[in-house]
Parts: sequence; C-alpha cells; structure tokens
Amino acid sequence: MTATALLAELTTRAEVTAHARTPSCVCGTSTLADRPDATVVRHADTVAKAHAPSTPVAELTPRLATATRLPGILLPPLAPTPAALHDRLVTFWPYGSPVDPQDPDAAPWEEAATLLARLHRTPAAPGLPAMRGPAKAAHAVDRLRAAPPHPAAHPVLAAWATLPAWARAEAPMPDTRTLCHGDLHLGQLVRHPAPDGPWLLIDVDDLGTGVPAWDLARPAAWYACGLLPPDEWTRFLDAYRAAGGPAVPPDGDPWPALDVPARALTVQTAARFLTKALAADRPLDEAEQSLIDACARMGSVPPELTGTFAK
Amino acid sequence: MQCPKCHAPMHTYNRNGVQIEQCSGCRGIFLDYGELEALTRLESQWTQPAPPPPAAPQAYPAPAAPAWGAPQHGGHHGGHYGHHQRHKSFGHMLFSS
Repeated sequence: MTATALLAELTTRAEVTAHARTPSCVCGTSTLADRPDATVVRHADTVAKAHAPSTPVAELTPRLATATRLPGILLPPLAPTPAALHDRLVTFWPYGSPVDPQDPDAAPWEEAATLLARLHRTPAAPGLPAMRGPAKAAHAVDRLRAAPPHPAAHPVLAAWATLPAWARAEAPMPDTRTLCHGDLHLGQLVRHPAPDGPWLLIDVDDLGTGVPAWDLARPAAWYACGLLPPDEWTRFLDAYRAAGGPAVPPDGDPWPALDVPARALTVQTAARFLTKALAADRPLDEAEQSLIDACARMGSVPPELTGTFAK
Repeated sequence: MQCPKCHAPMHTYNRNGVQIEQCSGCRGIFLDYGELEALTRLESQWTQPAPPPPAAPQAYPAPAAPAWGAPQHGGHHGGHYGHHQRHKSFGHMLFSS
C-alpha cells in the first residue's frame, strides 16, 4: 500500500471511530505524524495510529494491554487489541493535548518523572516483550554507518563501541523485570481529557521490561551535554526520587546508574541528527555539535560498570 | 568499576562535588582526569583565610554530572545553557526519538 493510500484509509478509519463515539461530531481531521515508522491521524476527539510496517502483533498486543491496564499512567486505548489495515496494525486512542513545542519551558518535568516512577514500580505482566530502547539506539547507529562518511561520525561510532553489549541490543538487558516506557521525550506526554486533564504517557511501541534508567537517560543526556539547564534536570530527578522511582538510588550520586543509558542516548541522538544533517547537506548547529563533543569525551572515560545497583 | 590493583568492586563517593571511586577491598582510591586538581583546589580554598566571594554565586551547587559531560559542569557561571534561547535543534530533540 502506498503512503498516500494508507493516509487516506487511516483518515477514514479515524472518522468512523470518532463518529461511533460521538454521533454529533464536530468534524475536523488533521495528520499528527506521517513518517516511515508511524502515521497518526486525528479526527475530532479520536486518534488512529498505523504502527511501523512489520510490527509483530504478538508484541504490540501485550504492550497495548499494558496501557489498558494502567489508565492513570498511560493513555488507555479505545480498543484493547490492534486492528489490521492491509499490511499495517492500527490502534485507536482518545485525543490528548500535547506539550506545546513552541513553549518547552512549560514542560511538565515533575509530572513526567512521577509517571515514570509509577510505571517502573508497576509489575510487568507475563509475556511483555523487552523494552526497545537499546534496539532503537542500535538502529540509529546502523543508519549513521550507512550514511555518507563524515568526520563527526568517528567519535559517535567510537563511543558506541565502548558501551556494554546490552546497551547496544547485542545481549539481554541486566534487568528483565522492570516495566519501562522505552522512548521518553516531551512528545510522549499528553493531557487527557484535553486540554486540562492529568498528564499521561503515550506511545507503547517501545514499552517493555528492561533497565528503568533508560527512561531517565534522555533528559540526563541533555543535561550532561549542557543542553538542559541544571534546574530542569534537578526538578525531573528530584520528582522521580520523591515518587519512589527505582532506577536510581534514593539519594547520592545517580550517575553510576545513569551513565551507560545516558551515553547510549547521547550516541543515539548524535547519530540521528548527524544522519539528518548529512541527508540535508547542512552543517551541524551548536546543540548537535555538543552531542558529538560529548561522544568524543566518552572515549577517555570508560563507562561505569555499575549499571544497576542493589535494591 | 573494578579495582585495577585487587579487582574488588569500587564504589563511587561524592566529596564536595568531586566524584571519587574507592575500592571496597584494599580501600585504594581512583581519580578521574582533573579530579586531583579539583581536590587540590578545594584544599587550597580550605586553607586560605577568607576567599573573596565569586562574582556570580550560585544559590545551589550544580547537580552531579558525568565525567564526559560538557565542560561548564565545572560550574562557575552556569555555562551556556540556552534557557531562553534554546537552539533550534535542541527544541526538536526535546520532542523526538
């Protein structure tokens, strides 16, 4: 199926589902995302998402079931199992209002941290697959390797090579029990009901069991690279600890637990943005360069081996 | 990490903002690059009678950061965090996988 046909059919599905929920629908359709790995369409209060091609139904179904089971942490889907749309799996969701991309200073760091702490403290249901964070990092590195050569790629790939096998998705993670989101960033939070309801986590594609510090590691990496101001990082970390999150010790230095995941996410982000800059034939900006510089510094400081701590 | 001398596990401690690793076996101490200088600097501040206050004192010490972090974590003037003028690509990073 072509991308255009998928978008058109997904739009129809979203409309039909919205009208079944709200017969007096004030119709309005918009495309929220249309990427190779996901197409997301909104019709009024309903969102339809076509998941990445060849997403295994046996993996998406238990992930979706987790969202159904934890409505105070994850946005609950409208239907408990994925539907099929030709060769793609489709899920339906109520619309929630996102963080305003024009106003990241209003980011709900405390709420994000509290939701993660509650998620990490929830027992994972049997049969839930592994969290996909390391696999996504490995994918970003593979794409960088396939891109045209660039001097900045060397420190990124060298930093990747120093990471333990589990962080490169080449071995099982040291924690196979803790429930993790797997891809936390500010686009993964919505208020439901829109626009003033409580904040909830969205996007179950990478959810699963794994090392919970991975979910803290993107803000940690931004902070370490000098991009996220210390006060925002402190708000996030303190709220996570206050909510009893198990990814880091309750006090003291959190970096022995954060080090490996934060390195991996620095490498992943550097790889992704460098690949994009190469494809667009544009120079790196200061923020992108700060990620490359951090990768270069990693070479002289071996990763902390205490990726987990005694609980 | 493991102690290079006796191979027992090493534990990380934070001493006045300097991260040191101490071996649980032989009690040996491992310092990362620059940490010896940081400790020396702290010692000299301690022995000096009354150091002049810094030009722009921070209300709170900077939170812990990894050794591979950006240099401004040495932490005197808060570095060049673009709080009110975030770089375009960082605005994008905040919202992308």
